[in-house]
Amino acid sequence: MATVKLTDVRKSYGSVEVIRGVNIDIEDGEFVVFVGPSGCGKSTLLRMISGLEDITAGTIEIDGRVVNDLPPKERGIAMVFQTYAIFPHMTVRENVAFGLTINRTPRAEKERKVQEAARILQMEHLLDRRPSQLSGGQRQRVAIGRAIVRDPKVFLFDEPLSNLDAALRMDMRMEIGKLHQKLAATMIYVTHDQVEAMTLADKIVVLKDGKVMQVGAPMELYHEPANLFVAGFLGAPSMNFIEVVVESVRGGEARVSNEALDPIVVSTRGRPFADGDHAILGVRPQYLRPVEDAAGKLHGIISLTERLGSETIVEVALKDGKPLIAALSEDRVYATGTRIGFDFDVGKAQLFPREA
Amino acid sequence: MSSRLTRSNRAGWGFALPGFVLIAGFIILPFFFAFWLSMTNQRLISPNPTQFVGLENYRNLLGLAVITLEPERGADGAILVDARGEAQYPRVRTITRSDAFPQYRGMREWFRWQSGENVKVVIASDVVFMKALVNTLTFVLVVAPTQAGLALVLALLINQKLRGINIFRMIYFMPVVVSIVVVSLLWRFIYDGNDGLLNNLLASLTFGWFTPVDWLGNPDTALGSIMAMSIWQAVGFHMVIWLAGLQTISPTLYEAAEIEGASRLQTFRYVTWPGLRNTAILILIVITMQCFALFAQIDVMTKGGPLDSTQTLVFQSVERGYGKQDISGGSTISVILFLIVLTVSLIQRWLTRER
Repeated sequence: MATVKLTDVRKSYGSVEVIRGVNIDIEDGEFVVFVGPSGCGKSTLLRMISGLEDITAGTIEIDGRVVNDLPPKERGIAMVFQTYAIFPHMTVRENVAFGLTINRTPRAEKERKVQEAARILQMEHLLDRRPSQLSGGQRQRVAIGRAIVRDPKVFLFDEPLSNLDAALRMDMRMEIGKLHQKLAATMIYVTHDQVEAMTLADKIVVLKDGKVMQVGAPMELYHEPANLFVAGFLGAPSMNFIEVVVESVRGGEARVSNEALDPIVVSTRGRPFADGDHAILGVRPQYLRPVEDAAGKLHGIISLTERLGSETIVEVALKDGKPLIAALSEDRVYATGTRIGFDFDVGKAQLFPREA
Repeated sequence: MSSRLTRSNRAGWGFALPGFVLIAGFIILPFFFAFWLSMTNQRLISPNPTQFVGLENYRNLLGLAVITLEPERGADGAILVDARGEAQYPRVRTITRSDAFPQYRGMREWFRWQSGENVKVVIASDVVFMKALVNTLTFVLVVAPTQAGLALVLALLINQKLRGINIFRMIYFMPVVVSIVVVSLLWRFIYDGNDGLLNNLLASLTFGWFTPVDWLGNPDTALGSIMAMSIWQAVGFHMVIWLAGLQTISPTLYEAAEIEGASRLQTFRYVTWPGLRNTAILILIVITMQCFALFAQIDVMTKGGPLDSTQTLVFQSVERGYGKQDISGGSTISVILFLIVLTVSLIQRWLTRER
């Protein structure tokens, strides 16, 4: 159990800087998810914490101790890899006990720890099998077991579910969530899947191009994204971005509109806007309510309906030709070509400055 | 992209035919031919008709017996000694040429040892063949493990991300590219007894203290010299095979081992070596076969000498079949070699089977 603190951490390969000054504080027992698109540096950051990659600048502290120059085994971490990294020639038991074998742990203690890990992961019946006889999910369980027996201060997960199929991924996701509750250990989890991030994390770190975009609790990020990137990255379907013109700004509120949007007044949330600015209005598809064309704030024509059973995704061509996605909580068929209007809670809409 | 030509069964066989004919004509047919020839008295060129002789060729090669010679005694039963005080034994030919022992006829002494006051003598129908057999087995037992081990060490060394590592890969692989005949000729100069490179090198390293050795002309050093040179020549080839095996091991396994805190030796033991299992089997079998086929080095460097100390099975087979025009004798040796290699390979397969 430990805290992890990253202070102005940087990583360069030659002249290319891939991690550009990252500051993160991780509390004891917290489940932190690094999320971002591929190439954002999230895996590199995790590998720097693990000690598999050098740190070009800045400091990483685990449990109050600077670990920059310590080899992985002295950092008190355990890591679970995307490709499982279990040894094909060893049985499950030998794989789980690998770290203990390396340390020459007495046989009895080794056996006890392996049994304990197997019990936690409910894989006692698999202990004498070889990896080739296991499914993907079982293999990943073995890898997690190997991490558990090390009794680490910090668990590191590098996209552990990416090689599993969708159904299994959900099961394992829940198991990892339960594991965190059971062990109450500090865990750092890297993924590009925002659903995993939203469901597992106590705290999400959104990364892009080696920089932290926003840090916060999942719902905080969902409801109050700090910028366009975070707003667009979290939530499915993605937030609608509607280009608007700021007509006037008064006392923390801006009046915006465009061809397809009737003038509305939204909070600026402290962001600077001036009259006549071009801005982006973000509205989540779930917040849109279909109404009569004349009654709505947004106006368009239905171009596609996707029925998922629990919800209906409707794609609309707005009056100005831009697409809009609405996620409606009822199962209802909309005929393509129908004129439709949408109303929404202005308080839940976000206004972002248009990025250069 | 399949045209009618590539889908036609007849065209497929047509394309494969030249290959089949060549393989049949130069590998499969001679293989069975050797079995047949080894049971006849066929000579390379002879006016006489071929006769089937059964296993006589094998008897002529493999005949082996141990005879006991008692020391010569005087009339009183005391052992006669010569001027140096050593016991006298009858000559082996008194037995091998005696009509009393038709089963030993024509055999010659291979080696002997003292057993109490008697002497045991191993006599063989074909002493040269026996020497060739022992030399070949020695060569295999020394060269196969040494070469495989050395190649693995080199492969581990060059399997690193270092600047200019390709230069080392190239240097180690170079001897493989050069023809073995050329390499053998070069090493004849290196091993030369009068002014050879090796003697000069050793002399200068020991400030003239080292006495020059005629490496290939001395029965005690000739086979060892050929072994050393053979190991050097082919080590690069096996290094490349090891390297290919090393590179199939997933880098994440090494990272996992690093996280668990494995030392370099432990990493080798738990990650690298198990990952090389299949490569090791391949290399073991390939090296063993190559070693059994030892010929070119002998032919170029020593011709089996001195005193038959570098005779090998393949060299004897060629020497008999073509040098002495005794094609049936040569065939017999090649069949025996085939059976030995087959047995060894099967044993190796059995020892390294998946458990």
